[in-house]
Amino acid sequence: MKTSVKNIIEPGTHFITGNEACALGAIVAGCRYFAFYPITPANEIAEHMSTLLPKVGGVYMQMEDEISSIASVIGSSWAGRKSMTATSGPGFSLMQENIGYAVMTETPCVIVDVQRSGPSTGTPPLPMQGDVYQARHGSHGEYEIVALAPSSARDMFLLTIEAFNLSEAYRIPAIVLSDALVGHMTESVEIPDPSTITIIERMKPKEPPEECRPFLSEDVAPMPVFGSGYRVHVTASTHDEKGFRNVENPIFVDNLVRKICMKIRKHRNEIVNVETKYLEDAEVALLAYGSVARSALHVVKWAREEGLKVGYVRLITLWPFPDEVIRDVARKVNKIMVLENNMGQIVNEVARVVGGEAEVKFLPPRILGTIHEPSYTMEKLKEVYK
Amino acid sequence: MSEAYQHPLMKYVRKGALRQPHCSGCGNGIIAQCMLRAIDELGSDMGKMAFVSGIGCSSWIPSPFFNVDMLHTTHGRPLAFATGVKLGNPELRVVVFTGDGDGAAIGGNHLIHASRRNIEILAVLVNNRIYGMTGGQVSPTTPHGMKTTTTPYGNLEHPFDLSKLVEAAGASYVARWTTFHVKQLVSSMKKGLLKEGFAFIEVVTPCPVQYGRYTGIKDPVESLLMLKKLSVPLSKAKSMSEAELEGRIVIGEFVDRDVVGLTKAYRQLLAEVGA
Repeated sequence: MKTSVKNIIEPGTHFITGNEACALGAIVAGCRYFAFYPITPANEIAEHMSTLLPKVGGVYMQMEDEISSIASVIGSSWAGRKSMTATSGPGFSLMQENIGYAVMTETPCVIVDVQRSGPSTGTPPLPMQGDVYQARHGSHGEYEIVALAPSSARDMFLLTIEAFNLSEAYRIPAIVLSDALVGHMTESVEIPDPSTITIIERMKPKEPPEECRPFLSEDVAPMPVFGSGYRVHVTASTHDEKGFRNVENPIFVDNLVRKICMKIRKHRNEIVNVETKYLEDAEVALLAYGSVARSALHVVKWAREEGLKVGYVRLITLWPFPDEVIRDVARKVNKIMVLENNMGQIVNEVARVVGGEAEVKFLPPRILGTIHEPSYTMEKLKEVYK
Repeated sequence: MSEAYQHPLMKYVRKGALRQPHCSGCGNGIIAQCMLRAIDELGSDMGKMAFVSGIGCSSWIPSPFFNVDMLHTTHGRPLAFATGVKLGNPELRVVVFTGDGDGAAIGGNHLIHASRRNIEILAVLVNNRIYGMTGGQVSPTTPHGMKTTTTPYGNLEHPFDLSKLVEAAGASYVARWTTFHVKQLVSSMKKGLLKEGFAFIEVVTPCPVQYGRYTGIKDPVESLLMLKKLSVPLSKAKSMSEAELEGRIVIGEFVDRDVVGLTKAYRQLLAEVGA
């Protein structure tokens, strides 16, 4: 007998880690299959999922590697379950081929990457934001992706749900790009009554099997899951709207690549989410995302106390990049200072969309793998502010 | 042949998917027919089945040919995808088609772990002992000493005994046949479809185009008869020495045991925890 979510997740204030909040968000979103291969700093997500899932009739699977984890997640999604996996940099690299498979076959699923320092083995418990481009372009071929960046344990709860909603709505793999700091920190998380949270389910076909076109619509094709009588043919070879392979005529490549890209591009404004504060009179904006945004907001408030007109921009959606929102910010301010815990990744996107509208500066932390010390950011901000 | 005549197995074929990618003389057509015969003889509902395949010649046996829910996946990973399909919907009978490259090289680890987990999946591993689709490169089951496009001086490595590997890893059912042994193959496929555990059937098949160009046996019938000639029944093989068995194909049922499968065990766990 299944226990309802209500009985295992009490609404109210919980003092929990970001990784635990992620697991709770997944359960609330309706995740009923989770596959995993142990890796620091994502392990706590799996520990909580392995405890929670059987209580709601879900399946926890520890696979032999990250390749099979994401593969089984995609399989389970086609069997009709909302499915998720979690990992960190090295595992995220191993998953890339099958993330491309999920893009190509329009399979809803969620991948949580709790970023650690790299490249390669790196320093597992230290947070960095080195996987921003890997999330965007990690798999081969041309495609669009959705990646969300949580800044708090509460965000881990909310954005995991949001990632499920986007993955189901657009039939895409959605990535939660967290980091070791957000995943491992313990803080207050307000869990709302699950009945007040919007949960989106994939669209099922209404038409009979012979008329069903289960792939390649810019407005998202319906998904006939296995066992529902549609006898769907799912292939990652170039295919048409019915799922038939065609690797002889470039017209089919053109149609497929445009459709899977446009599915996201056309709905960019519905997908992107950016938080802004203190922008009305701002001369300089601090732009950050993930754990770094916490320190950035602290500095903005401090600067305001000192009379500096500084604004705050936090990217919640990293991909698709919120071009128009950032262009609007650039029209308001003179300078944008981008803070990242890497050697400069999202700053390139900012520079691309800003053009000549504002001057773009980049600031990594004084020591990579650590949070931006507010006094250090303040010192650099004052140099830029002049 | 009258116009009204239709092959009795046509009802299992996807509309518009008759065009075959296999070379003439390939054993894959025989294997496809054996699979459909097994389904037909059991009276299985294909609407309650899911087929999963990887990349390579073998993966084109069910895809897109069989009229069934079909997941044609990435190279080496069909068993991992199938694990999610089966656990996602345990009511589905899940069948995997893989090959010696797909299932024993790039996907070898998944084969070991699917066997160890004893998950209720039937895996048919089509062993043509070479990479056919990519042009005849050496594979993990290519005989020792054989020349291929990437072993121009002869293969230094020894071939995998995949049935032994899967048996040791914990599968519930293990059998090996060649495409000459169609009756036995259909019988094994029926057993595999009904098995409540991991069932593994290795089918050694001729590849007259790629394998044949190095052995010199390019004629389809001749290459099929060669498989028959090399085959040794398990009962006979037991009294043969290692030297006598060199280069031979031991055929038969290696394992047929009843051990609780993974999804059944998981259902029991759900009943205990969820109650």
